Amino acid sequence: MKAILTGNEAAAWGARLSRPKVIAAYPITPQTSIIETIAAFIANGEMDARYIRVESEHSAMAACIAAQNTGVRTYTATSAHGLALMHEVLMWASGARLPIVMSVVNRAMAPPWSVWTDQLDTMAERDSGWIQVYTQNNQEVLDSIIMSYKIAEKHNILLPTMVIEDAFILSHTSEGVDIPEQKKVDDFLGEYEPAFKLDPDEPAGFGSLIMPEGPYMEFRYKMALAMEDARSEIRKVVEEYNQVFGREYAPFVEEYKTEDADAVMVVIGTIGSTAKDVVDRMREKGKKVGVARVRYFRPFPAEELRKIAKGAKMIGVVDRSYSFGPGADLFAETKSVLYGHADIPVKNYVMGLGGRDITPRIIEKVFDDMLSVAKDGVVDKEVEWVGLQGDERWS
Amino acid sequence: MMKKLTIPEEEHMLSGHTACLGCGATIAMRYVLKALGKNTILSIPACCWAVIPGVYPHRTLDVPLLYTAFEVTGAAISGIREALDAMGKEDVNVVGFAGDGGTADIGLQALSAAMERGHNVFYIMYDNEAYMNTGIQRSGSTPMGAWTTTTPGGKKRMYKWEPKKNVAEIMVAHNIPYVATATIAYPEDMIAKLKRAKEIKGPKFFQILSPCPTGWRHPPDKTVEISRLAVQTNMFPLYEVINGKYKISIKPKNPKPVKEYLRLQGRFRHLTEDEIEMIQKNVDENWKALLKKERCSQEE
Amino acid sequence: MSVLLPEDPTPIAKVPSTENKTGGWRTFRPVIHYEKCIRCYICWKFCPDAAIYFASPDAHAAPKEALSKFDTVEINYDFCKGCGICANECPAKAIELVLEESAEGDEE
Repeated sequence: MKAILTGNEAAAWGARLSRPKVIAAYPITPQTSIIETIAAFIANGEMDARYIRVESEHSAMAACIAAQNTGVRTYTATSAHGLALMHEVLMWASGARLPIVMSVVNRAMAPPWSVWTDQLDTMAERDSGWIQVYTQNNQEVLDSIIMSYKIAEKHNILLPTMVIEDAFILSHTSEGVDIPEQKKVDDFLGEYEPAFKLDPDEPAGFGSLIMPEGPYMEFRYKMALAMEDARSEIRKVVEEYNQVFGREYAPFVEEYKTEDADAVMVVIGTIGSTAKDVVDRMREKGKKVGVARVRYFRPFPAEELRKIAKGAKMIGVVDRSYSFGPGADLFAETKSVLYGHADIPVKNYVMGLGGRDITPRIIEKVFDDMLSVAKDGVVDKEVEWVGLQGDERWS
Repeated sequence: MMKKLTIPEEEHMLSGHTACLGCGATIAMRYVLKALGKNTILSIPACCWAVIPGVYPHRTLDVPLLYTAFEVTGAAISGIREALDAMGKEDVNVVGFAGDGGTADIGLQALSAAMERGHNVFYIMYDNEAYMNTGIQRSGSTPMGAWTTTTPGGKKRMYKWEPKKNVAEIMVAHNIPYVATATIAYPEDMIAKLKRAKEIKGPKFFQILSPCPTGWRHPPDKTVEISRLAVQTNMFPLYEVINGKYKISIKPKNPKPVKEYLRLQGRFRHLTEDEIEMIQKNVDENWKALLKKERCSQEE
Repeated sequence: MSVLLPEDPTPIAKVPSTENKTGGWRTFRPVIHYEKCIRCYICWKFCPDAAIYFASPDAHAAPKEALSKFDTVEINYDFCKGCGICANECPAKAIELVLEESAEGDEE
């Protein structure tokens, strides 16, 4: 069924089709229309789920953890401050190995107050043990939720997953979306089979105390292995999904004209679609540029990025957040995985914070800057903030 | 084989746990599980009871137990309940079992919301009147006049002088169907209340005073005696509130002076006669107010 | 290289704590003087370690014939931590606390 849906409606549809039994959610702009749409689905009898209208995001995640540990599929959604409030229990969900799927609408952190898109909220949770998939259109939002349940619930994975969409650019923008048939999704996902559950017939303590000489470290190692195993599961599930539902997702990194590109822009989220458009225009002018849109930030697509870097003369990494470390997160991690594999300049472009528009014109200027780095072979300034007020270079 | 028992023989708390000698919270758990039985799922946040079951892979309870973060008990029991109901397992008891810090302080928000939403759950606050697991720090439920490690004595005399937060009354204000206080010296009373509450669908809240020899600074053999004195001095009245109607469980004919309760505990050792008098006055006022509530709510 | 990893993905504690013999914590040993024991089970009721269990009526002599049909109780010294609640609560004063080193070690 084709429909015109906002990103948030697409997320609600993704959840609806995956049939979670318990939803616990708390409203925050710009996530609200996800949980409102789900409430309407339930009120109309179109969705059979228990809906816990919790008093905070912290409780939303805690209730999902408890419900999932009891043996049912769960779903929630949040954004920015809500995600930050969840921080403690995000770690709990992953450590407890519960395959919860959550939509996160990327929004800037205050102060200053800003409800617009910025990826600091999710980037700050990169160490939480969650799988993170970033989307670039509403179709991908919907599809990624369904795929995420299938990946996360594999008993060798059991890691919770954030399906991430940019605020407003996706969350409140309508696009044509193909809604898969329920029957096909049911067949694809299958019934939820918990790896363990709270059961009065099998008394056990879930998440008990471990001393330093006990297997704390081993349980963490098992999580690390699961995150590694997720690579092959993601590949399998995305391929299967593409086949069953007629899509063309690249599992980890969507490459666009990277093959012969001198300068490859590594991006994440909706910047990808703008950048692809700019690549087409620049290619017409004979400029050899390409885009690599990272879908999965966790697990991090190290091999894919190394392969892309092999043919390029430089890599420009665009971050829509800043981490106050050696550049922003996507840059720092990209550079780190390229070290020893590709001896080319890597430059960080920080832009679009707090929802500031990233226009094709800015992207083109960035590409031009990248081409000049590619030509010189050296990076003058490793971390470049693009589009600051008064800086005429990018306007 | 013959015996006359006043509480159920069934035992769902095992020996070999790591609670301190004479731990009141352990006795409370033992009674709760005797009353509710094996068809129960527990959720326990950070508190003494997060370590009492022992180190992995040990368990000391014959029921499944979900360990959670400190402040989430209300949310966790909501999630367990809804998941069970979604699976058609409405007969399983869901019990949150949290200390006073996890209830009166850091967990109050999640508790309030869970009660307001009306899930069919038990929330049990085992009240040992301070953060005992972290080493006796003051909580909102620490009583007036008590020493704790964050309200120590010293040249500038400190201690805790604010009155104990009345969590049971906060729960009554949520208009939930069942609220009760209990303490371990009165197991028959506690178990009868739990069994009554079990018949009620909706949120049930219990505040169980659980003396802590380590934190209250009393010999471990005095745990039950002190619990009994708390009731006999009206320091901790036992009552239940069913659908808004108060019923005091035990009305001591000649209440003992609070001094008898206080003097057994090192945490009150520093109190002057004037201060004891002040605490006595506070206890008397609270008792009078409780009698009034009982009278008023039973009218109509 | 083979590392030893737990089977479960997350700590799921299943082993009964009765593996853990907490009797070693004990400083004072409660000793029941059966000639005084009125088989009221108050000690059983209040034991925080669930370390008092029932024994058949004839396991110990009863002080009165009328009591001899009732089960008696014994202390499981594997787990008793010696808190002394049983002795303090015993209405018949039938339980004595004895310093562990001076106690007769016939039970262990």
